[in-house]
Amino acid sequence: MDFELSREQKDIQKAAREFAEGEIRDLARECDISESFPPELIKKAGELGFLGVFIPEEYGGAGLGFLEHAIILEEFWRVDPGLGQQICSGTFGCEEFLLFGTEEQKKKYLPPLAAGDAMMGFAITEPDAGSDTASAATSAVETAEGYVVNGSKVMIGNGTVGKYLAVFVLTDGDNPSRSQRHSIFVVETDTPGYEANRLHGKMGLRASDTSSIFFSGVKVPKDAIIGQRGKGFHQLMQFFDRSRAYVASHGVGLAQGAMDLAIKHVKGRVQFGQKIASFQSTQFKIAEMAAKIELARTLTHKACDLLDKGKGDSRITAIAKMNAARTAVEVVDEALQLHGGYGYFNDQDIERFYRAAKVLEIYEGAKEIEKIIIGRHVLGRF
Amino acid sequence: MDIVVCVKRVPFTQEVDLEIDRSKRFVATESLAHVINDWDSYAVEEAILLKEKLGGEVTAVTVGSEDDEEVLRRALAMGADRAVRIESGGMPMDGTVVAGILASVIRNIPCDLVLTGVQADDDNQAVVGVTLAELLGLSHAAVVRGIEVSGADIVARIELEGGVDEIRRLRLPALLTIQTGINEPRYVSVMGIRKASKKELKVIDVKELGLSQNDLVPPTEIEEIYLPADTGGAEMLKGDPSVVAEAVIDIMRRKGVAL
Repeated sequence: MDFELSREQKDIQKAAREFAEGEIRDLARECDISESFPPELIKKAGELGFLGVFIPEEYGGAGLGFLEHAIILEEFWRVDPGLGQQICSGTFGCEEFLLFGTEEQKKKYLPPLAAGDAMMGFAITEPDAGSDTASAATSAVETAEGYVVNGSKVMIGNGTVGKYLAVFVLTDGDNPSRSQRHSIFVVETDTPGYEANRLHGKMGLRASDTSSIFFSGVKVPKDAIIGQRGKGFHQLMQFFDRSRAYVASHGVGLAQGAMDLAIKHVKGRVQFGQKIASFQSTQFKIAEMAAKIELARTLTHKACDLLDKGKGDSRITAIAKMNAARTAVEVVDEALQLHGGYGYFNDQDIERFYRAAKVLEIYEGAKEIEKIIIGRHVLGRF
Repeated sequence: MDIVVCVKRVPFTQEVDLEIDRSKRFVATESLAHVINDWDSYAVEEAILLKEKLGGEVTAVTVGSEDDEEVLRRALAMGADRAVRIESGGMPMDGTVVAGILASVIRNIPCDLVLTGVQADDDNQAVVGVTLAELLGLSHAAVVRGIEVSGADIVARIELEGGVDEIRRLRLPALLTIQTGINEPRYVSVMGIRKASKKELKVIDVKELGLSQNDLVPPTEIEEIYLPADTGGAEMLKGDPSVVAEAVIDIMRRKGVAL
């Protein structure tokens, strides 16, 4: 058993850290306030090879694994969750191509993502289908030429900035099994009938694009289907078993960044004639943060490492994601507490981190869904 | 143009409260992160820019332990072609010893130009570069903030005091110590890191270099480091900001600052 990152992984970690410090830090607050991001930042990250490192070299990626992806995510999120999310979410959903796509789809859709020339998203959630994904009602009806997609999706990352999306749709509503009714299609966002509106007023991660999407008679060719018709739900679950592993590192990065901010603050802030770092109550808070983060990181790396070894474990992945998200929420809470009243204003970075944390317990499998998965693995089905 | 560039791994000390260790001869560095010396980062970038323009090969060299290899891998990832680490076995070294070790290795690497940083972030002595030039018998320029190659010469822009620059022409081979700001060091890319793992990184034990005891015993030794005692001379200004500002301006005038 080896808990140490390889030399190459450490070098990647350091490179990602330098990039984040040099390119992300100074933009973060302004991008949060203006709810925007500079597109050239994505291009830069792509040129340096930080995007989709788990994509094989033949499709333009670095041919590394989810662990390396998680390492990069952590470093970006540590400096700013919002831009960290936007920079790395451009490959979100591309696992469907990797796992189930045709050679043509992989060649067409993967290289631009890794290069930072295109972003994609995965349109799953609907107004009436959140954690209950099998209720998705956006439909794709087969015609002589292909399929026609109608319906709407909500809270979709990269809806307005993505060049294409993987879209989870109902194709076989008559199938008696709820898990055999859906399919996944790739939809190019310049197709007539596609409309996306950016959602404003998001609590956190405001630099990143989140949209509502409307499909009004969107025609897609037959070969736009990713994987098999009717297998969409199973394909989606396999996607989550992967994405959750690295999404856990969102929490690790956010928590680490929050602790870094807290440490900086308590070493400078003087009350009662001494640095507040000298109070045992402060030291206990920092110690608890450090312990939680270490645990979250170790679990996240374990989940990713298992996946990269072809031994992905839904239970470990769900535990890693649930724990990392909880860690982020708890750590950022105490980190803001240590900032006192100053932490309540947006000229302090901790305020932005605080707002960003909560969604980690909601997206990519709400913590309750993770508990269902863990419970089923531990207890069996009841 | 073949170039040798010398690099050093140093503790990262920004925003860190430094402590003096128990021996009272060093700063405690165990808990600090380490990075490439800032000046060396510019030297590596300059070497790679010259290589990209003129061809040739870049060799990065450091003296230190296995942990220090990280800065060589960084140089390789940025675009250097090969790297050499001289294993020092943890012996005490000062700039003179390091320069002697580097000279004995670089002497055997055919090159037109040797680059070092002006100084290192940790001890800030600025000794290695110029001492190395002397030992290698190379013409040199220190604190260089611009380089142009013209035929068999190199034209260096040298930073002098008071905002004055000097343009100096040197016959190659030469050694230049590079000032920060001469270029904008590139970020390390994931592709670069992957390529670096396939490049040669040679390790030479310092004992194999045939250096005498005399070469390896530091002629200088740190006896003690300490925080200077608080002294007088500081005047604390209190009151309304406009009153304080007036007082500051008054003091500056009295001290002869032209306002």
